[in-house]
Amino acid sequence: MKVRVSVQLKPGILDPQGKAVEQGLHGFGFEVEHVRIGRLIEMDVPGTDPAEVQARALAMCEKLLVNPVMEKASIEVL
Amino acid sequence: MRVAVPVFPGSNCDHDALHACGTVMGWDTIPVWHQETHLPPNTDLVFVPGGFSYGDYLRCGAIAALAPIMADIKRHADNGGLVLGVCNGFQILCEAHLLPGALLRNESLRFIHRDVHLRVERADLPFTRAMAAGAVFQVPIAHAEGNFTLDPAELIDLEARGGVAFRYCSAAGGIGEDHVPNGAMNGIAGIVSAGGNVLGMMPHPERAVDPVLGPTGGLGVFRSLAEALGVA
Repeated sequence: MKVRVSVQLKPGILDPQGKAVEQGLHGFGFEVEHVRIGRLIEMDVPGTDPAEVQARALAMCEKLLVNPVMEKASIEVL
Repeated sequence: MRVAVPVFPGSNCDHDALHACGTVMGWDTIPVWHQETHLPPNTDLVFVPGGFSYGDYLRCGAIAALAPIMADIKRHADNGGLVLGVCNGFQILCEAHLLPGALLRNESLRFIHRDVHLRVERADLPFTRAMAAGAVFQVPIAHAEGNFTLDPAELIDLEARGGVAFRYCSAAGGIGEDHVPNGAMNGIAGIVSAGGNVLGMMPHPERAVDPVLGPTGGLGVFRSLAEALGVA
């Protein structure tokens, strides 16, 4: 099954990259705030049971994909 | 005195570490490829060098933390063996959970390379015992991700247990945001494990040990290790 893991910096963790992009958007006249930059990881995971695939993706987040000091993830099984 | 320097694809300060420990200090210093599963016998110190292991893919140090040699480095640390991680080496030790916290992108978003002053916060460690508490020394930094971050409650615990080994400071030893190059919480430049045997720092003491190449502010760390291991 296709799995999409979206990794974001936790709220409260400074995101200088997001801030720079926000300033860039302001430069073009766009009204935006709280721009945050994250990472999107897509993969194919064998299996047909969405709950089981979701659990495996969660284990991957805990082992490698996410650093809980600074990041949080949301998992979508498609 | 035997030093192991693990080498990952993308390490680029491994030769600085080998030069400082091998040529300058005269220690038996052995590079160890990351695919090895064992450190050389009787390793006293593991020096995890700086660089861009695995191209900084995913997160700095995240992939190197999974390398085969890391299991034996953890065993060495668990047995009280000394581990020094510098720059990317510090990031690797955090990702391997040998040290708490994480190193985020510098506040300025820029790669910063310049000399900084550090204040010794703990002078009772194997890495600092030849220096005085409160002493100031000058060493270079060269990193884009050195902004030390920790959960606020854990930061309080880290400070309370004396986990901060070095703090960025002025030439006179003054502490404050103005002297922190990268946005690191509490101006933290280096931390030590609860056991006092694993130290991670962003600045490069190994790049400031050879008078041929410039100032030698980093020697204090190496003289301390020599003392601690009885080769001084």
